[in-house]
Amino acid sequence: MPASNFEYYQLLPFIIIGLGIVISVVIEITTKKSEEILPWFSMILFFTVAIYSIVYINNHAVLFGGMVEVGGKPAIFNFIFNIGAMLIVMSSIGYLKKYGSYFGEYYILIQSSVLGMMIMAGSKDILMVFLGLELMSICFYVLAGINRKKSSANEASMKYFLLGSFATGFIVYGIALIYGTAGNTNITYITNNFQTLSSNIIFITGFVLFLIGFSFKIAAFPFHMWVPDVYQGSATTVTGLMSTAGKTAAFSVLIIAMAATFTLNAPNVFKPYFSAIAALSMLFGSIVAISQDNLKRMLAYSSIAHAGYMAIGLAASNTASISGIIFYLAAYTFMNIGAFSVISMIEGEGDSRTNIDSFAGLNAKSPVLAAFMSLFMFALAGIPPLAGFFGKYYVFVGAIEGGLTWLAIVGVISSMISVYFYLRVVVYIYFRESIEEFKPEISVYSLTAVMISGALVLIFGIFPDILLNIINSVVNL
Amino acid sequence: MEQNLLLTYLLFTPIVGSVLVLFFKKEQIKIVRWFGLFISLVAFIISLLVYFNFDSTKSEFQFIHQVIWISSLNVSYNVGVDGISLLLVLLTTFLTPLTFLSTWNSIEKNIKMFTFSMLFLEAGMLGVFISLDIFLFYIFWEAMLIPMYFIIGIWGGEKRIYASIKFFIYTMVGSLLMLVAIIWLAVYASDITGKFTTNLLELYKVGPTIPHQIQEWMFGAFFLSFAIKVPLFPLHTWLPDAHVEAPTAGSVILAGVLLKMGTYGILRYCLPLFPQSAINFAPLISVLAIIGIIYGALVSMVQTDMKKLVAYSSVSHLGFVVLGTFAMTVEAVQGAVIQMINHGLSTGALFLLVGMIYERTHRRDIAYYGGIARIVPLYSVALMIASLSSVGLPGLNGFIGEFLILLGTFKSPVLNSWWYTAFAATGVIFAAVYLLWMYQRVVFGEVKNPELQKQLTDLTTREYIVLIPIFIFIVWIGIYPGTFLDLTDLSTKSILQQVSTFTFDLFK
Repeated sequence: MPASNFEYYQLLPFIIIGLGIVISVVIEITTKKSEEILPWFSMILFFTVAIYSIVYINNHAVLFGGMVEVGGKPAIFNFIFNIGAMLIVMSSIGYLKKYGSYFGEYYILIQSSVLGMMIMAGSKDILMVFLGLELMSICFYVLAGINRKKSSANEASMKYFLLGSFATGFIVYGIALIYGTAGNTNITYITNNFQTLSSNIIFITGFVLFLIGFSFKIAAFPFHMWVPDVYQGSATTVTGLMSTAGKTAAFSVLIIAMAATFTLNAPNVFKPYFSAIAALSMLFGSIVAISQDNLKRMLAYSSIAHAGYMAIGLAASNTASISGIIFYLAAYTFMNIGAFSVISMIEGEGDSRTNIDSFAGLNAKSPVLAAFMSLFMFALAGIPPLAGFFGKYYVFVGAIEGGLTWLAIVGVISSMISVYFYLRVVVYIYFRESIEEFKPEISVYSLTAVMISGALVLIFGIFPDILLNIINSVVNL
Repeated sequence: MEQNLLLTYLLFTPIVGSVLVLFFKKEQIKIVRWFGLFISLVAFIISLLVYFNFDSTKSEFQFIHQVIWISSLNVSYNVGVDGISLLLVLLTTFLTPLTFLSTWNSIEKNIKMFTFSMLFLEAGMLGVFISLDIFLFYIFWEAMLIPMYFIIGIWGGEKRIYASIKFFIYTMVGSLLMLVAIIWLAVYASDITGKFTTNLLELYKVGPTIPHQIQEWMFGAFFLSFAIKVPLFPLHTWLPDAHVEAPTAGSVILAGVLLKMGTYGILRYCLPLFPQSAINFAPLISVLAIIGIIYGALVSMVQTDMKKLVAYSSVSHLGFVVLGTFAMTVEAVQGAVIQMINHGLSTGALFLLVGMIYERTHRRDIAYYGGIARIVPLYSVALMIASLSSVGLPGLNGFIGEFLILLGTFKSPVLNSWWYTAFAATGVIFAAVYLLWMYQRVVFGEVKNPELQKQLTDLTTREYIVLIPIFIFIVWIGIYPGTFLDLTDLSTKSILQQVSTFTFDLFK
C-alpha cells in the first residue's frame, strides 16, 4: 500500500482504544470516582470500536508497509473482542462490588488486553503477532491474579505466567527459525512462498513450534495443563474474557498463519498436526469434563473440547471451514460469556458456590437465571437452533468438504459425550431440590450482559445468515 | 412457485402460543390452561383446513411454502405435506388438545412451563412432519428433544432424572451421526449437481446415485437415528424408562406421536434416499422388527405395572410398522402408515386410561386392582375398547393395520418368504394374551382391595371429552378405513416408485 493512500481513520480502532487507555489512567489517577466512571468509559470505547469495525468492514487495507491489516477478517475479530469485552465489563460491575476487590487497573488491563488482541488479529508480520500476543498475555497474567488476597488467584496467576512464558518461548524460537529460513518476517511474503519454503525442514520445524505455542494459547490438548487451574482460580469475569476473547485472538493468529492453505490452495502440511490435536482435545475435554463438580472447571474442560472443534476447521483449512471457525468463535464467545456471567452472579464469598450443588433448584430461586443458564448449556452442547449448533455445523461441513469425514465423526462422538455434562447442569437447575439456601445477588448490569449474550445466541442460531454473510464476504481477503 | 402459507400458520401457531405463555403471571393457572388448550385447538382447526383443501389425487407434495433461510448454505425454510405426513400432522394436532385436557387436574407444578413445553413440543413435531428440507428436519428433530426432556424431568415419576437423561442421550447419539450423513449428502450433492443443497426433493435424485459401499454407511447413519426413535429392538431400552417415568401427557405424546417420527423418517428418508441399501438391509431389519414384535409382547406379558405393560406393547406394535415399511409393497406400507395412526390412537387411549386410574389411586401395579368393573363400569368399558383396538379386533382400527401389513409382507418380493409373516402373526396372538389378561386381572373378579371402593370414581365429563373423540376414530378406521387409505395411496406409491426405479435390477 503506497504511503499516499494512508489515512489515519483506518487506524481508528487502535487509536480509540489506545487513547482510551491513556485517558483511563488519567481518570484513575485524578478522581476518586473512577470506580463508577471507568466501567462506563470502557464500555463506550468497546462499543464504539465494535460498531466501527462492523460498519467499515469493507475498508480493507494493509498499512505500515505490510505490518497491519485493517478491515476484512480483523474487523470481524475486533467486533468479537470488543463486544465480548463490553459484556465482561458489564458483568464485572456487580461482581467486583460483591467481592470488594475493585482496583482501577482492572478496566485498564482489560482495555490493554483488547488492544493486544486487536494487534494480533490485524497483524501481517510475525513480529506484530508477537507484540500483540505479549500485550494480551501480560495483561491476562495480571488479571488472573486480580483478587490478590486469594491464594487460588495467586496460584492461577503464577501458573498462567510460567506456562504462558514457556509457550511464548516456543513461539519466539519458532519465529527465529522461520526468519532464518525465509529471510523475512512478513506474513504475506511467507504465504506467497509457502510452497517453496515448506520443503525446508527447518522452516517446517519453526512453523510447528509457532503452532505449538499457539496451541497453548487456544488451550488444545496436549498443551492444556494450565487451563483448569487458571480458569478455576481466576476471578470469574476474567475467566470469561480469557476463555472467549483470548481464545479468539489466538485462533485469529492461527487463521492468519494458515492463510496459505486456504487462499492459495497450498498443500496443508500441518493437516496431521491439527487433526491430531483436534481429535484429542475434543475427546479429552469432553471425557474429563464429565467428572467435574466445579462449574468453572467444567467449563475449562469444555473450553478444551471447543478448541478441538475449532481446530477441525484448521485441519480442513478450506474457505468453508475457516468461516466456520470464525462463526464458531463468535458463537462460543457469547455462550461462554453468558455462562460465566451467570456463575459470577451465583458465586459467593471466597470462591464459594461455584460447585454444581449450588445450582440445585436454581429455578425456584431465580427463574430468569435458570432459563438463561439452561439456554447457554444447550447452546454449548450444540442443540439446534442455537448458535453453538451452527458453529459445529459449519466446521463439520468444512471438514467433510476437505475429506476429513472421520474427524467430523470424532466430533459428533465427543458432542454426544459432552451432552451429558451440559445437561447435568440443567438437571440440577430444574429437576433437583435446592441443597443450599442463599439468595443470588442479581446485579442489573450482569443480568443485562446475560440477556444480551442470550439474545445473540438465539439470533445467531435462528438467523445465522446475518453473521455468516459478513464472514463469507471477507474470509478470502 | 406458488406459495401456500397454511402450513406455516399451522407451524407458527404453537410457537407463537408458547412464547405468549411466558407473558402470563405464574398465578394465572386457569388462564394458562385454557390458553394452551385454545392454541392447540386453533392448530387443530388449521390442520383440518389443510385436510379439506388437500387434493388426494395428486402424488406430489402440496401446500408448499419455500423461503430462503440460510442463503450461504442454500438451506431454505421449505414445508409441504403429502398424504402420509398429512395424516401424522392430523394425529399430532388431534392428540395435543386432548393431552392438555387430560392433565387438567394432574399437573399442578409450574403449569406455565408445562404449557410452554407442550406447545413447543407440538411445534417441533409438526416441523418434523412437514419439513421438506433435510436440514430443517434435523433442526426440528433435535429441538423437540428439549421440551420432552423437561416434561419427563420435571413432571415425571420417581426415577425421572435417570429416564430423562437416558432419553436425551440415546436420541442424541443417533441423530448426531445422522447429522454427519446429512452434511456428507449435501457435500456429495454439490459435487454432482454443483450446488450444495439440503432440499429433499433434489436429494431424492442424488441419493440413489451414491456408490453402494458409501450408501450403506449413509443408510446406516440415518437408520440408526430413526431406529432409536422407533424404537427397534435392541435399541428400545430407553423407551420403558421414559414412558413409565413421564407424566400421562408425556406418555401419550411420546407413544402417540414421537415414536412415529422414527417410522416416518424411515419412510421419508431412508427408503427413497438410499433405495439400494434399504433393499439390501430389508431382511436383516425385518428380522429385528419381528424379534421386537415377539420380544415386546413377551415382556409385556410378565409386567406387573400397567404403564410398563403398555410401554412394552409399543415396542411390539412399532415392530409391525417397521416390518410393513421394509416389505415395500403398497399394502404393507399403507398398512404401516395406518398402523402408525392406530398405535397413536389406541396406545394413546391406553396411557390416558392408565393415567386416569392412577390419578385416583396413585397405584399402577396390576395386583392392586381387581374387580373394578363393579365400581367403575364405564371406565371398564372404555378400557375394553382401547385394549381391543390395540389387540387388533376386527371392526376396530388395529385389525386394519396389522392385516394390511401381514398381507403385504406375505406378498413382498423384497423379503420373499412367508416365514416373516408367520412369525409376525404370533405377535397378534401374544397381544391378545397380554392385554386381555391384564384386563381380566384389573377389571373382573371380586373387588380385591376394599380401599378401591373409596378411591375410585367413574369417568368425569372432562374425561369423556378426552376419550370419545379417540374412540370415534378407533371405530371409524376399523369400519371404513377408506377415508384414510385414499389419502396415503398415491404418496405410498410414489415412494415405492422411487425405490423401484433405482433398484430395477434388484426387483427382477
